[in-house]
Amino acid sequence: MDIEQIYREESGRILATLIRLLGDLDLAEEAVQDAFAAALVSWPKTGVPANPRAWLVSTGRNKAVDLLRRRAVLESKREELARLNGLAEQVAEAPEETMLKDDRLRLIFTCCHPALPREAQVPLTLRTLCGLSTEEIAHAFLVPLPTMAQRLVRAKQKIRDAGIPYRVPADEELPERVETVLLVVYLVFNEGYNATAGDTLVRRELCGEAIRLGRLVYQLMPGEPEAQALLALMLLHDSRRDARTTTAGEIVLLEEQDRTRWHRDQIAEGLELLERALGRGARGPYALQAAIAGLHAQAKSAQETDWHQIVALYELLLQAQPSPVVELNRAVAVAMASGLSEGLRLLNALEERGELRGYYLLPAARGDLLRRMERWEESGDAYRQALAFVSNEAERKFLRRRLTEVQGQTR
Amino acid sequence: MQYLLLIYDQESQWGNMSQADQGRMLQDYGDLTKSIQQSGHFVGGNQLHPVSKATTVRVRDGKKLVTDGPFAETKEQLGGYYLIEAKDLDDAVAIAARIPSARFGSIEVRPIVVRERVAA
Repeated sequence: MDIEQIYREESGRILATLIRLLGDLDLAEEAVQDAFAAALVSWPKTGVPANPRAWLVSTGRNKAVDLLRRRAVLESKREELARLNGLAEQVAEAPEETMLKDDRLRLIFTCCHPALPREAQVPLTLRTLCGLSTEEIAHAFLVPLPTMAQRLVRAKQKIRDAGIPYRVPADEELPERVETVLLVVYLVFNEGYNATAGDTLVRRELCGEAIRLGRLVYQLMPGEPEAQALLALMLLHDSRRDARTTTAGEIVLLEEQDRTRWHRDQIAEGLELLERALGRGARGPYALQAAIAGLHAQAKSAQETDWHQIVALYELLLQAQPSPVVELNRAVAVAMASGLSEGLRLLNALEERGELRGYYLLPAARGDLLRRMERWEESGDAYRQALAFVSNEAERKFLRRRLTEVQGQTR
Repeated sequence: MQYLLLIYDQESQWGNMSQADQGRMLQDYGDLTKSIQQSGHFVGGNQLHPVSKATTVRVRDGKKLVTDGPFAETKEQLGGYYLIEAKDLDDAVAIAARIPSARFGSIEVRPIVVRERVAA
């Protein structure tokens, strides 16, 4: 295993533990960087230690304590020095596996604290728990880098100055706090599943990270059916990962995917979780979306899919969570269930309302229905419109290919 | 009689001041505090963290609503205050939610700046 891989996989866990030990997010981030810098120097000579995570945690902790000691000496803070000496001794025991898990859970509740603005909760979780760079996060949210950096700095300052705690909330607080956590996990998964920019369609690590977070939250709250449904939803979507792109990185639409390449073990687990969640009364947005994904997962082909039930589920989803994006998905399902022209009528109405202006999937969906209806010129226009809005390279390639196909038909 | 002196200013002004000006300002505050301590007027006083560190707590239909920032409505007026010692923000918010006015008004929870005590 090389250092870069360890960094990607472990830096989030190491950070979470160091935050608990040091009680300061900024300092812990610095300590993680210092620990990896030290690893770069010493591992090539000594070899990778048997437990790299424990090595990095204790090195990071020592580096931070050194740094604080120097600062305390500079400012001649005697009390602070005494506290640090105590800290160095007290945390000498290496953290155990279960403790590491708890550290991450504590940290996610901190990052998703309701006293932080929503626009900071998701990036903070991605930064601290998933190890994304500020640049990647800014890119993902289509926000200028300095804006995102500022947002993260402010959030960390508020955590420190307002005394937002690092701990799992008390039982009576859990339901409302968990709602925010589920939303953040869901947004992380979506970021991995449909990266809004860049040239990798499926950022598996991010999806994997979201699934791990989802499992953690579900384990903590086995009595929360929506957490169970969210985990089911992510597993069912992620099961298609190998079939969603060609080896050349091009998109393969659901109807054209080789369903033998779907991960059956994940589908089985997802369906079982979903069934139990529905049995326990889960009817929220995650449960409904998981139910839709479950119908796709069970269908042998796009034609043999129960589109009428999918339309009905989208209707329920619209009631639970009114959104033009859900309407777009429903319109596509209607096209499959009740005919292309009916679906097109809904898409046109949606376009007229203008709420999804700039969202490439709307013209892309129109282009697809028009293509199936053999209205080649209009389809080409729609694909061109979609191309103007798309930012993901794989999606751009796909739209270009479709555009070339329909242009070929007009000649 | 006791009086509460509420200090309103523009937070951005402080950030735009030079370090020397900030130092003079702090010196002036220190002098004033000392002076009113000596004259027997001083009961207590604190600097607050800026509004970006504020958290607003409301209770509606028995449900606690916690949001980022100060969100007092213009039709709400400052009616009182509690100065509390709490373990962390969650602890402070739990107490804020028990204030009767939280049921129809809002409670702004602002952390207090902790200063290293300068040797007198």
